[in-house]
Amino acid sequence: MKLRRSRLYVPGNNPKMIPPAGLYCSDVISLDLEDSVGPEFKVDARMLVSEALKVIDFGPCTEVTVRINPLSTPWGKWDIEQVVCEKLSGIYIPKVESVEDVIQVDEMVSRMEERKGLERGRIKLFATMETAMGIINAPEIARASKRLEGITIGGEDLTADLGGERSADGLAINTARSLILLAARAAGIQAIDTVYSDFEDEEGLRRETTMIKKMGFDGKACIHPLQIEVIHEVFNPTQEEIRYAVRVTNAIEKARKKGSGVIALGKKMVDRPIALKAERILARARAAELSIPDVEEDV
Amino acid sequence: MVDSNEVEWVKNQIGRMVPRSINGEELTPYCGPFSAVPRNDRKHGPRLGYIADQTSEVIATLGAAMERVGLKDGMTISFHHHFRNGDMVMNMVLQEIQKMGIRNLTLAPSSTFQCQEDMIIQCIKDGTIAHIEGGSARGEFGRLVSSGKYLDKPMKIRSHGGRVRAVEAGDIKIDVAFVGAPSADELGNLNAINGPSACGTINFAYVDVNFADHVIAITDNLVEYPNFPMSISQEKVDYVVVVDKIGDPSKIASGELRVTNSPTRLKIAKDAVKIADLLGYVIDGMNFQAGAGGISLAFNEYLHKLMKKKGITAGWAQGGTTKFLVDMLKDGTVKKLITGQAFDMVAIENMKNNPNHVDLPIGAYANIHGKGCTVNKLDVVVLGATEVDLDFNANTATMSTGIIAEPVGGHSDTAAGASLTILTVPLFRGRFPVVVKRCTTVVTPGETVDVVVTERGIAINPRRMDLLEALKHAKVPKEMRICTIEELNRMATDITGSKVEPNWGNKIVALIEYRDGTIIDVVRDVVPKYYDDAVYVDKDRE
Repeated sequence: MKLRRSRLYVPGNNPKMIPPAGLYCSDVISLDLEDSVGPEFKVDARMLVSEALKVIDFGPCTEVTVRINPLSTPWGKWDIEQVVCEKLSGIYIPKVESVEDVIQVDEMVSRMEERKGLERGRIKLFATMETAMGIINAPEIARASKRLEGITIGGEDLTADLGGERSADGLAINTARSLILLAARAAGIQAIDTVYSDFEDEEGLRRETTMIKKMGFDGKACIHPLQIEVIHEVFNPTQEEIRYAVRVTNAIEKARKKGSGVIALGKKMVDRPIALKAERILARARAAELSIPDVEEDV
Repeated sequence: MVDSNEVEWVKNQIGRMVPRSINGEELTPYCGPFSAVPRNDRKHGPRLGYIADQTSEVIATLGAAMERVGLKDGMTISFHHHFRNGDMVMNMVLQEIQKMGIRNLTLAPSSTFQCQEDMIIQCIKDGTIAHIEGGSARGEFGRLVSSGKYLDKPMKIRSHGGRVRAVEAGDIKIDVAFVGAPSADELGNLNAINGPSACGTINFAYVDVNFADHVIAITDNLVEYPNFPMSISQEKVDYVVVVDKIGDPSKIASGELRVTNSPTRLKIAKDAVKIADLLGYVIDGMNFQAGAGGISLAFNEYLHKLMKKKGITAGWAQGGTTKFLVDMLKDGTVKKLITGQAFDMVAIENMKNNPNHVDLPIGAYANIHGKGCTVNKLDVVVLGATEVDLDFNANTATMSTGIIAEPVGGHSDTAAGASLTILTVPLFRGRFPVVVKRCTTVVTPGETVDVVVTERGIAINPRRMDLLEALKHAKVPKEMRICTIEELNRMATDITGSKVEPNWGNKIVALIEYRDGTIIDVVRDVVPKYYDDAVYVDKDRE
């Protein structure tokens, strides 16, 4: 399983911020050509990012992606042309409103892979829905391309589009969050949440991350490296969760050996959801390189 | 000026060439952190006083006080630096001395700040000051020393503990110590916790008043006799001069020190805490020191969080104290605080009321030739540096350009004393690599440095087999990369290119004296070639 707990935005036109971006071990880096770059710097940023992709080693822990400009802007097409390269793992497409928005990017990426002699289909796509239209079309968008490995939500733009207000409880966008999650799960891909903007508010970040984790999200975007550790802490299964999951899988294994169809852990029945949850926790723990203890067999 | 071609050179224990003697003064080359024994058998003795039936020592003017103590050409004067960049005492005294026409003085301050630069430079140029002993130089003053044009004898750069040693040994014979006192009474009982210029402590002056022939206290807050607490007592003080203002309170204490905002600096601080923990040093009863620089403050904050999470308590912490340490004291994470300097108002206020927050004479903090110092009881110290090299030697005195620029403070003292010395440095600053093959100047020997933490990797000194062994059994998180110092150097120079050696001249402008009085390195003048902007430019001549 590919962990995408944290996704760090790095402004694409800042030569000071790009080289150390891999040091913080976020699961994903998004070199940004879109909202953090003003129109007058779009071309500079594109050149800087495409060069950075070639020469900078972002380290082993990170999936390196670029957030391009939408194809509806004068920059989007050229962004794709220049950033597609050997070292690029994925592209985040902003302001997606229709299946077409994803397919166009998919086709362009395919052409570039061919032209540059790259392995076909390796570069993944991620679609961000930031408008009511995008959210409503999310179920189809989530199935728009084989390259699509996740969908995500843009909190600020969406709030503005809805006419609501950003707040600690996320009232304005929580329905959209649920829809994105449903669309992602129905399509069998990941769901990644929007940023928490106040990077000095660690408690607020922890609260919101805990909430979206409980909803079922796979990860969250960040605007500051300080946020990564908190997000990982929340997403990583706790030692108790891991121990319980080990006990569940031990019980399943034991029942299988006995040829028994009924699996019991202590006095509790282990049914399918519990088994699935245990599997997911262990997969996460392994991916995050957490220690998995040997647990005594239950008598 | 001492020409480097005319002195006899000898290689010291870390392979640096140092002079055998300068101007007839014999020098001992550095021979290891704990090897040099005191050269003198006894401490230097100050003059006896004579008070007869005197009931007040208050003197109307500074000039009159200087006349009474007999200040004259060629003498040595000293100052403490507790008023930091808000100090008015040194400027006022030097101005008075200029007026009196006294020349060829030796200036022996515990440190200097930007607010004193113009005055010191003026006094050097007009011959009022002929020599600098101890402390450190920064800014324009540092550039002036590095130019090699104005001072005949090399400046001596000493650590905090080294200065105390030098004064006690008589290497610096202070004729008149000028002590800025936030509160004083008429017989010269002084303290630093009351009055408009309160700075928490004046402990850097304790050694001065004990060993100077004469002491003149300067205060803007004369109180009724007797002044409590008597941090410096009347028996040490010749005269008290009352002036309007001795310091600018807004600059004595930093308003609110801020933890660094830089993500890489924060990572360095966080990794320093984690590595100390992995090495088994973050335990109940630990003693530590971390300064007031951005990374050190962040270290304090992360350590505080980790200690609370682990539910452990530190025995004591020391150093420049700030709100961050006071917070730890108040919530019980640290049991006792020892202040070297108080850096902010919270620390100053706390010193007034909290019996578990005290100051110490700097000798008791760091003097290797005293009979006990707190640095030896430190478990962990976190320090910065301008450079660190493949032998783990650290430079805190000059920039990579060779210009004297940084105060050395208690760097070499704490590094020698602490069980675990952690250097927290960025891998490079601007175009300069920080982890270099060979330091421009060595202040702290590599034998006393254990761990170098940078944003891209952490190196353990191979002399510390025990630490390397401990790490083998620890689970190092993947965002922390343990590597060798050579790898750090390679990573740095891959980004910045190799370090460019300064364009040294042949004058010796400063001697770096180790805390035991031996010479660990020298600084030469820098001839402007690459960095014209970095050398001293004499504005008067242009």
